[in-house]
Parts: sequence; C-alpha cells; structure tokens
Amino acid sequence: MIGSPRVRRRVRAERPRRGGAPLALLVPGLIGLVFLVLPLIGLLIRAPWSDLGSQLGSTEVREALKLSLFTATAATGIVLVLGVPLAWLLARTDFPGRRLVRALVTLPLVLPPVVGGVALLLVLGRRGIVGEWLDDTFGYTLPFTTTGVIVAEAFVAMPFLVISVEGALRAADPRYEEAAATLGASRWTAFRRVTLPLIAPGVAAGAVLAWARALGEFGATITFAGNFPGKTQTMPLAVYLALETDPEAAIVLSLVLLAVSVLILAGLRERWMTTS
Amino acid sequence: MTGLETALDTAPDAAPGLDAHLVVARDAFRLDVHLTAAPGEVVALLGPNGAGKTTALRALAGLTPLGGGHTRLAGVDLEDPGRRRYTPPERRPVGVVFQDYLLFPHLSALDNVAFGLRCQGVGRREARVAAAEWLERVGLAEHTGVKPGRLSGGQAQRVALARALATHPRLLLLDEPLAALDARTRVETRATLRRHLADFDGVAVVITHDPLDAMVLADRLTVIEAGRAVQDGTPAEVARHPRTDYVARLVGLNLYRGTASPGGVELAAGQRLVVAELPDAAEVFVAFPPSAVTLYRSRPDGSPRNLWQVEVDGMELHGDTVRVELTGPVPLLADVTPLAVAELELAPGRPVWAAVKATEARAYPA
Repeated sequence: MIGSPRVRRRVRAERPRRGGAPLALLVPGLIGLVFLVLPLIGLLIRAPWSDLGSQLGSTEVREALKLSLFTATAATGIVLVLGVPLAWLLARTDFPGRRLVRALVTLPLVLPPVVGGVALLLVLGRRGIVGEWLDDTFGYTLPFTTTGVIVAEAFVAMPFLVISVEGALRAADPRYEEAAATLGASRWTAFRRVTLPLIAPGVAAGAVLAWARALGEFGATITFAGNFPGKTQTMPLAVYLALETDPEAAIVLSLVLLAVSVLILAGLRERWMTTS
Repeated sequence: MTGLETALDTAPDAAPGLDAHLVVARDAFRLDVHLTAAPGEVVALLGPNGAGKTTALRALAGLTPLGGGHTRLAGVDLEDPGRRRYTPPERRPVGVVFQDYLLFPHLSALDNVAFGLRCQGVGRREARVAAAEWLERVGLAEHTGVKPGRLSGGQAQRVALARALATHPRLLLLDEPLAALDARTRVETRATLRRHLADFDGVAVVITHDPLDAMVLADRLTVIEAGRAVQDGTPAEVARHPRTDYVARLVGLNLYRGTASPGGVELAAGQRLVVAELPDAAEVFVAFPPSAVTLYRSRPDGSPRNLWQVEVDGMELHGDTVRVELTGPVPLLADVTPLAVAELELAPGRPVWAAVKATEARAYPA
C-alpha cells in the first residue's frame, strides 16, 4: 500500500537534501510555531497539578463537562441527519440558485457566532418568527434551555460537516451510482448501499470536526441559551465564568478541553493514515 | 439470425429481442443509429473514439435519455420520447459491464454479484447463494470474499460479468470489455467471454474499437462513425466488403469508390482500376489486400494494367512483413518483405512504381 507509514518514511529518508531553509522563511516560521505552542505550554505550566483531582471532582466541572459532551453529541447527530442530505443535494443535483445556497450554507463558518446567536433569537426566540408560533401552539420555548444549546451548536457546526461531505461526494465517482442503477438500485438504495460507504471517511471526518466545533461553541450558545449551570452552561462558558472567580478552575477546565482536542486530532490522524 | 430476418419474422412491436433507434443530440454531436438484435445474438458496435459508441450504450441502459427514436426490448417499450415514455435504468432488464468495471470497492466479490439480486428484493441468503454460483460459473469460486481492489484485471472483468448477468437481464451491454486488460490476459479473457456470451440467451451488445474483439465476440457488426451506422453485417461480410476508409483500415484493405466502366472502375481522381469481375451496379467499391501490390524501382517491362508512380510516405513493421504507405494518383498500402525494403532502398519520399494485380481486386456495389 502506498499510504502505509513505513513506506512513506523510507521515501522521505531517501529524498536528497536541498540546502537549508532561507532565513526570511525560517525566522517568521519559528516565531509562528512558538506563538501557537507557547500558550498551550503556559496552560500546562500553570495547571494546579496537585489539586487537579479535587477540581475535576467538583460538581460544577462535572456538570459542565457532562452537558458539553451531551449537547455536542446531540448537535452532531442533528448535523449528520440534516447535513449529509444537504451535502448530497449540493453535490448531486442541479437547481437554480445552487451557488447562492452553497454560499448561504457556508456563511456560519465565517459569521461571528454571536451574530448567529442573535439571529437564532430573532427567529426562535419567544418573540421570534418561528419561536412565537412554537410558544403559542405548543407552549414550548427554545432559548435558554439545553435544547437551545444543541440548536446553537448545530447551527454553528453544520457547515463543517456539509463542506466535508460535499467534498467527499464530489471526489467520489458518480458512475458507481450509475452502475448501481443498472443493477436495479433506486437512487435511495444506491445512496445508502454504495455512495454512503464510499464517502464514509469524509462523513466521519466531517462529524468529528462538527463535534469539536460544537464542543467549543461559545458565542452563539451564550447569546441564544444563556449561562445557567447544569442547564446551558457548557465547558467554554464555565471556563469564561470561572476566570473571574476561580482562575484555577478555569485552567483545569481548559486542560480538559485541550485534552479532548488532542484526542480528536489523534483520532483524525489515525483515520486519515489508514484510509488514504 | 440477422436483424433483417428478425424484422421480417415478427411484427416490430412484438419483437422478442432488441429494437432500438437511438437519437441523442448533444452540442455539435448527434447520434442516430438503428440497432436490432434477436435473443441470443451478439452484436458489436464498432467505431473509432468519439463515434458515439458509449453514448449509444448509455442510451440503451437509460443513463442518457433519448432525444428521439425509441428503445424496445423483449416486446416492451422502454423508451419513446415521442410518446413521453421513459424507463429509468433501475427498472430496465439491462445489465452493463462497464469499461473499468465499476465494482463497488467496499463490497466483496460475492456481495458485488449479489447486489443486483438484493435490489430485486431477493433475500440476503438466497442472493448470496446465487451470487456464489455465478462466481463459480466464471471460475472465481475461490475469490468470493475478496474485495475488488485485490482482484487482477481479468478477475475483476469476470466479477463484473457475473454481476451483470446475475440479475438475468434481457439485454447485456459490454463497454470495451477487454480494453483495460494487458495483452496476455486479453487473449484468455476474450475466449472465456465468448463462451459466456454464447451461453447468454438475451441480446448482447459489445462496444469496442478493436476489430479483433468485434470479430471474435460478435455474430454481427454495426460500424458507427460520427454518430451514424455506416455498415452492418456479419464479421466476414464486413471484413470482405468494407464500405468506409475506417473499416478498410481496420480490416487491412485498400478501398476505393468509383463508377463501373467496361473492364474496370473509374476512380474519383481520374484514374482507372482494372478488375477481373464487375458487379451489376453503376457505383462500386473496389477492395484489395496490401499483398496484392507489387513495388518496382523503375517502370517494369511488359505493361501491368494497374500501374502508378507513387511515393513512399511511411513504413511500419507488421509481424514479418513491412506495410508501406504510398501517396500518388492513387493512395496505396503495400505489404513487402523486409528484404524487399532493403533491395528497393525504400525510404520516405522515395518514388517507386506500384502495380496491382487485377485478379485480386474485388469490386462490389456501393
């Protein structure tokens, strides 16, 4: 296999050296590296390692962590159920205004999350276009609830999955779907049994990215869902709040998020190494 | 049975085989081909790249909708844009072996073959049993659990064939079935493919640009060029009486068109070709093999009747003979021995005299 690490390493070792890097690239490059890594090292240095255990054991940390994992996972579920079909529509069908739709889908990627939160409030808030109807009809309000957290996270995380899956779909040969059709498969069967397995690595990568994004969500969540411990106070919100009152707790919470991020990165690398 | 007999034997709307008139227009290209075949018959669509062969295959499979014409198979109207009738590929009794096979890479050989049966609603167990039988039939009983990525080209081709046949199609389409194989595998696979096609009781259409594949696999050839059928007949007929330069090149003949005059044929360029026998037609083709051409350094004594001064344009070694391309009043292909090349000092640009034996030139109606 071309992609096996062993082969790749050998190829790299045999490549001839082509002189050192020019200073104009080396110096800013190294500064950039320090800039990225130093804050993380700082976090590790200042961590209260001695009473890490008791800090982690505190109810507030445990609740925030539990809430974060739950909402991020639920948001990823929503994103998968809605985002994969959306990506398929963007990649495999042609409709008027497709480019505009695509631009709209990617907008939350660059939109400040606070703006997303405000927009969600305007639509789903108690006085919002849809929210008022929800309230009148079902007596149900989304903002400032755990469900509200999930909605805010899904809103922000969805584009990551859609972009990833759409890219995988575009890279997958559509003629496999044609081959499936000539064997009697409807478009749905072809998607389920042929296309989806073929793009599985892309879906997985997109889901992990979306999950990580949801886990770190701050702006939209605090705007749309508020900051109620045990209900809407996710890890990032807890970190921010703790910084004011109990900096050590903030550091511990940050460490946990850092550890999760490192795990995700390791997981993704493993995935990409074995599939490509 | 030929397509003509089929048309005469039965009413067209009850024809048990294939009756298609494929019209597909796209940008500057237009495909317009009639195709008929009886069950059990193997028809080769032969043509150069870009002639519209693959478009014809896609149209038959329903992957490219027709712009006009119709497709009827086993007495069923599959498609007729004039009457707004279109059957999507998944509901046509058509199996396709794609040029690069398109085996599903995430499924084992067995599950690839079982895929079509599963889509038809056959239970998982039953489908796998049937798929295993098909793999055994194509000689791959030992490879059921293997993923396509680990199959050789010839094996993948046979899995693709089994996958297409497993659904019992009434029409089997093969797109350049041997093109992706190396020369050695090709010979073996051609022979086995021929056997499987002989066993197949539906209509088989083989798309190819290789005349040998077409001659070996097909009962009948339809030659298409630039979207149109230019010749139709048994391999022997097509090989003996080519009707276009493309076909003549494929079967290795010199071909000219002209008007019959007593004892010979007047060619377009004002030249005259003497032939032994003339058909009863005003417009005729004349064909003769390159071996019927003799080359001389200087004008030969006596007077061969078909003699022209020509110039060597190019040379190519074919087995143990050299095919010489000649330009002049009548362009010619001549086969000579390597020794003759040396003795005549043949080289591009060199003028020579070329004579054609009248007894070897065959004339037939245009």
